[in-house]
Amino acid sequence: MSLMKSLLAGAALTGLTAGAALADPALIYDLGGKFDKSFNEAAYTGAARWVEETGGTYRELEMQSEAQREQALRRLAESGSNPIVMTGFAFGDVLTQVAGDYPDTKFAIIDMVVEAPNVQSVVFTEEQGSYLAGIMAGMASDSGTVGFIGGMDIPLIHKFECGFAQGFKSVQPEGSVLINYTGTTPAAWNDPVRGGELTRAQISQGADVIYAAAGGTGIGILQTAADEGILSIGVDSNQNALHPGQVLTSMVKRVDNAVYEAFVAGADLEPGIRVMDLAAEGVDVAVDESNADLVTAEMQAAVDEAKAGIASGEVAVHDYMTDNTCPAS
Amino acid sequence: MNIRESLIAILVLGICVFWALADGAAAQQGIGSALRLMTPLLLACLAGLYSERAGVFDIGLEGKMLMAAFTAASVAYITGSAWLGLAAGIGGSLALSLIHGLASITFMGNQLISGVAINFLASGLTVLIGQNAFGLGGRTPALTGDGRFGPITLPGAEAVADVPLLGPIYSGLISGQTILVYVAFAMVPITWWVLYRTRFGLRLRAVGENPASVDTAGISVTRLRYTAVAIAGILCGIAGAYLATGLSAGFVKEMTAGRGFIALAALIFAKWRPWQALFATFLFGLLEAIANLYPNLDLGIVVVPSMFMNALPYILTVIILAGFVGRAIPPRAGGEPYVKER
Repeated sequence: MSLMKSLLAGAALTGLTAGAALADPALIYDLGGKFDKSFNEAAYTGAARWVEETGGTYRELEMQSEAQREQALRRLAESGSNPIVMTGFAFGDVLTQVAGDYPDTKFAIIDMVVEAPNVQSVVFTEEQGSYLAGIMAGMASDSGTVGFIGGMDIPLIHKFECGFAQGFKSVQPEGSVLINYTGTTPAAWNDPVRGGELTRAQISQGADVIYAAAGGTGIGILQTAADEGILSIGVDSNQNALHPGQVLTSMVKRVDNAVYEAFVAGADLEPGIRVMDLAAEGVDVAVDESNADLVTAEMQAAVDEAKAGIASGEVAVHDYMTDNTCPAS
Repeated sequence: MNIRESLIAILVLGICVFWALADGAAAQQGIGSALRLMTPLLLACLAGLYSERAGVFDIGLEGKMLMAAFTAASVAYITGSAWLGLAAGIGGSLALSLIHGLASITFMGNQLISGVAINFLASGLTVLIGQNAFGLGGRTPALTGDGRFGPITLPGAEAVADVPLLGPIYSGLISGQTILVYVAFAMVPITWWVLYRTRFGLRLRAVGENPASVDTAGISVTRLRYTAVAIAGILCGIAGAYLATGLSAGFVKEMTAGRGFIALAALIFAKWRPWQALFATFLFGLLEAIANLYPNLDLGIVVVPSMFMNALPYILTVIILAGFVGRAIPPRAGGEPYVKER
């Protein structure tokens, strides 16, 4: 009898919590992990800011394998979370299938476009931010050779590479950009050892500024660059403070803003494509006390000029993903 | 050693000489990179060699290395000493080895399943403990100063730096590595000597081929196998510590990135022999270094993409397994728990 009682009480409690969680937003991190010091951590920062300002609560899930994506989305949607924000292009296919089954739930996907009446697709103009990073690399490089190390070899990362190369070539038209990718599987996001060796390989070929767009692999790239005494450029989150004075800048993607704004909008999240570009402060190059000595006045002026040029349309930065080619390489 | 036996060695040295003649400076960097990349492979490969030669298959090399990398980085960060980190790495790996031994020797479980379980266990535990301890999502904070193994300059390296041929090889490649690289290379002749020149080695090999005969001779099969599994744990521990405190400066989740499996491939490639293991892992390290230096290797006739280079270790292993280039015959009693009485 008492067992029955506690079971009933338990069931009632579950019902209550489910009710309370009704309008809570949810955030799903991709395989890189919540604290990757990069892309996913930026999403977490945005959610944390929302919690701080509104005192609300949200649910979060971290993907451990490819197979969990659909299950995670359905679980959150069925338990009433709204909106559900997910970081990473890899959710694209799954969301396309799932979104239609939950017409009353709003979804936001970052870095991917999914056409559905209840989905907001947030895309960043990484090529513009990378272009600015390329300008800074071009002005900081004495050897005329800079490097780019990508994580997994996918079109999105080519977008970074292409923007970076265009920015660099705009300063040093005769210079060369060395390009490496860590791998072709998701393991390429978490291989600092290989990242370090790729960095050494590029240094031996003359690179003196290396741009790392490689998630957790980037930790190894920035470390080796600092050990070998050359400059590096971080990505997604502000990574300047990882090696103060040795990271030229970080191409920050304000994923935190995207998540924050989606959480604030709540169930009224506007569907459609949301472009976070330079004008919307979606991308930028980070300047703070860690790299203040590295960024010269001319460099800052060149960056500001390029920003104005991009805003006015005078400077056109090619987006790799529109036609899968890059004019600069 | 006949010609067939030393095929890999000839191949590897051939690539090195060809590369050095084609582009000396790049070859020096590339071969140096290969030496660094092969060290964890070599250690893990020798670990697998001890274990499998004693009749205990070990596909948990990856998990043990990962656990060792994590414990090494954590302790090195907390104490600020890479040596204490190394000890902790060996400890972490040994603990998993003991689980493997317990499951597959004492309880006669399936060795492959136990190995898979160890890989999963390590992958989950490292992130879980790391997150609780440091709050960085399974990463450990970056190591600095004495928390890392730094490069060692060997005596006379600067003096001979300008001597042609000897200079680049001695001061550019052999000198300037971390101590764990020298440990790994020293393990090759030691392993050879232990396996083929000591009583322990003879018994170890016998227990992997025919444990019943060893038992009949009055020697404990269980004890021998436990010893072998423990040696494997120590070697995986050094490999993991090298990854986290020698090659990089801290632990990142899943940082072994499949190296334990490449080491297994190398073990098959080397047909469970120590010297061949040295050259097989050198070959795999060299392939990775070439892929790193030349993302699109232009050989004149064809352009080889780096993806192909990265896949080559696996392709070569399949070729060896298929029996095209000599047969790889595993220890006969491998994979089977020894049952004394039915």
